Amino acid sequence: MSLRVLVGCKRVIDYAVKIRVRPDKMGVVTDGVKHSMNPFDEIAIEEAVRLKEKKIAKEVIAVSCGPTQAQETIRTALAMGADRGIHVEIPAKEMEKLEPLHVSKILAKLAEKEGAELLIVGKQAIDDDSNATAQMTAALLEWPQATFASKIEKTDGTLLVVREVDGGLETIKVKLPAVVSADLRLNEPRYATLPNIMKAKKKKIVKMKPADLGVDTTAHFEVVEVCDPPSREAGIKVEDVDALVSKLKEAGRI
Amino acid sequence: MIRASKFLWALNRPGLVKEISPAASRLQSTAAQPAASEREAQKAHKMSKKVEMNKSFVMNIFRGAAMTEQAIPYPSVLSDEQKETLEMLVDPTEKFFEECNDAAKNDAMEKVDDQTLEGLKELGAFGLQVPVEFGGVGLSNTQYARLVEIVGSHDLGVGITLGAHQSIGFKGILIAGNPEQKAKYLPKVASGEHMAAFALTEPSSGSDAGSIRSRAVLSEDGSHYVLNGSKIWISNGGLAEVFTVFAQTPITNPKTGVTKDKVTAFIVERAFGGVSHGLPEKKMGIKASNTAEVYFEDTKIPVENVLGGSGNGFKVAMEILNNGRFGMAAALSGTMRYSIKKALDFATSRMQFGQRIDSFGTIQEKLARMAMLHYVTESMAYMISSNMDSGSKDYHLEAAISKCFASEAAWTVTDEAIQVMGGMGFMKEAGLERVLRDLRIFRIFEGTNDILRLFVALTGEGTKRAKRAIGFTNGGTIEGIHPNLNESSLLLGRAIEAFGYTSEGLLMKHGKNIIGQQFLLNRLANASMDLYASLVVLSRASRSLTLNLSSADHEEKIARVWVNEASDRIQLNLTAVKSSVSEKNFSDLETIAKELCSNGDIIAERPLGI
Repeated sequence: MSLRVLVGCKRVIDYAVKIRVRPDKMGVVTDGVKHSMNPFDEIAIEEAVRLKEKKIAKEVIAVSCGPTQAQETIRTALAMGADRGIHVEIPAKEMEKLEPLHVSKILAKLAEKEGAELLIVGKQAIDDDSNATAQMTAALLEWPQATFASKIEKTDGTLLVVREVDGGLETIKVKLPAVVSADLRLNEPRYATLPNIMKAKKKKIVKMKPADLGVDTTAHFEVVEVCDPPSREAGIKVEDVDALVSKLKEAGRI
Repeated sequence: MIRASKFLWALNRPGLVKEISPAASRLQSTAAQPAASEREAQKAHKMSKKVEMNKSFVMNIFRGAAMTEQAIPYPSVLSDEQKETLEMLVDPTEKFFEECNDAAKNDAMEKVDDQTLEGLKELGAFGLQVPVEFGGVGLSNTQYARLVEIVGSHDLGVGITLGAHQSIGFKGILIAGNPEQKAKYLPKVASGEHMAAFALTEPSSGSDAGSIRSRAVLSEDGSHYVLNGSKIWISNGGLAEVFTVFAQTPITNPKTGVTKDKVTAFIVERAFGGVSHGLPEKKMGIKASNTAEVYFEDTKIPVENVLGGSGNGFKVAMEILNNGRFGMAAALSGTMRYSIKKALDFATSRMQFGQRIDSFGTIQEKLARMAMLHYVTESMAYMISSNMDSGSKDYHLEAAISKCFASEAAWTVTDEAIQVMGGMGFMKEAGLERVLRDLRIFRIFEGTNDILRLFVALTGEGTKRAKRAIGFTNGGTIEGIHPNLNESSLLLGRAIEAFGYTSEGLLMKHGKNIIGQQFLLNRLANASMDLYASLVVLSRASRSLTLNLSSADHEEKIARVWVNEASDRIQLNLTAVKSSVSEKNFSDLETIAKELCSNGDIIAERPLGI
């Protein structure tokens, strides 16, 4: 059985960018800031493309929810080897309020619509660090989930997934269809090469809105304030261990 | 812009043109033509008749005309789709150079790391301008410029490896190859499976490339040429599988029956046999790139591998070199960005005398001048790439100027960056000494800056002055410049006028002997470079002001300072070609040099006498 794999890829502020809080304290500055594909999603795409190269997958579909520029993220996925893309358009303004539950509903609908047997997403996005989409989507689809995958192997009708858990590795077996979330050590994603980027221009990207999938994106919570982490105060140097102990006692730490 | 009605008098001296043009074209590229035959002189004359149609700004200033059609407004040639594509290509290219390439390691090993080279091939960096149907990336000149800027800011050794391959190595196949040659060679060179090299220079033939001795003789059955000769300093010479080789071939004129040697370009595969190469040369810089002698011994080249027609080798060589020069300006503006960033990082954190050193005027002037030189170079690179993308054929003088300007500016900027960093800048660790070593060759190869200056001045002086233009509409300003820069525009207008008078005066004074007046021609060339530089910065700053870019004010200041100072330099240079003091200076300098050469050593007695 050859799988159709759906992969989620989110457009986020590039990991190398120094994040600045907006003056209105309702979010971070995104205008004129370099964006790229969420690194964990890159790993997810890479894994899907490798499954295809091993002929385990027959088709890789890259999905991104976001503003017009999310298409650039999809193009990157296509250049890496995904076969086609789906762009679920969310205006930039609404994107700030888009929650993991909304994305999960969209992914679940798309997985059903496309007849996907495997959904791979990054374990979390580096902007909001929610770490919830894989789990929620699995629940909505009533599919088994294998989160924090560091190795995926396919046996008949099932996946053997090695998970990174506290204190070691856990190997689990999940029945297909399933949802997998990619951890850092699953693979090292390839670079999108320039000729492949050019070829990817010819691959198809279908555009749709959440409403086309019957998904309501009304926010469930509101952002009260976004602020910089408090700047660290300077420490002091102590002469010796005794001084350290007494200082700690003073501070009530021991 | 000049209106026809403003042309005040006509000057027609085809005789002079006939004599100067061949001299100029002999200097084009590194290339020299064998003694200009009658036919060539006629051709040059015919070409010069079209001068009035020539849209080159530089060409036209020699007759005092401000032909700004190609320069104002600052060209913008990328379609939305091309821009979007470029945006997608920039990231992975930058990422590759930041994460996979180690310039210091390549320099120390004196070769591009094998893994990096493979990575570059996979990335597609070997076929940036090869059409997509042949497996390349299919970039326009402007898109290519933006990517080589990234290469230039990270590793010039890799830059030369890539440039020798695609900017000159197989460029001939791209621009002069027939469909069969393209189909046969482009896919393999684009993927990097086969590396390419450009083989023109020989031991006895450098700037005077017309004197090459490599010879290819047609076999009796007419099926192939047999090539013999040796080439030196060939970039990628030890690695290439495909060579663009230039050699003399006997050509018989069907009318006169006279046989003469003429240069022909060939596509030569190493697999043809009889191709060997020497050890990699030990060099001052760009050590990571391979430079070697290449020998051809009875190499059999099938006739279908003649590139651009037999006897047309010079045209092919010139086209290739002219076509590639803007890339150097683009790459070097990337290098300057790198050096300037280093200097800024240092200057804004280094404390001396209780202050950050960027608070001192000395450092401020250095930093500002570095940014100005970068601004000019970058503006030239993209103006020329855009002109080429719009299909212009009249960009050769501008491209030559951009190569000279960029190579000198990058040298100055990096040298000054080292100076800003003081002792720290001198250390390998600072990452600037390698760049300075790498940069040195750029003033030498692909036409030395000295030869290119003469090429610009002589081509300009060879312009047929059918009509002489003086006087400007709008009281001397250049049309299309933003009102904020009105004064600068006026300065440039006046300088163009003065330049036209002087170049005309020189020609009247020296006639055909101008060809030998290198002291004067160099100054004329320097003035023309300042004029073109001023035009491009005024044009670009005007664009930024009109679009209200966030950097518009900053650019306006750069443009204003640049034009003010350039205008002074132009005046100095123009005075120097006319004044009796400098005339005496030049003849003294000539004598001093002659005395030195006949003595073979310094002549002045030592102050101590021992």
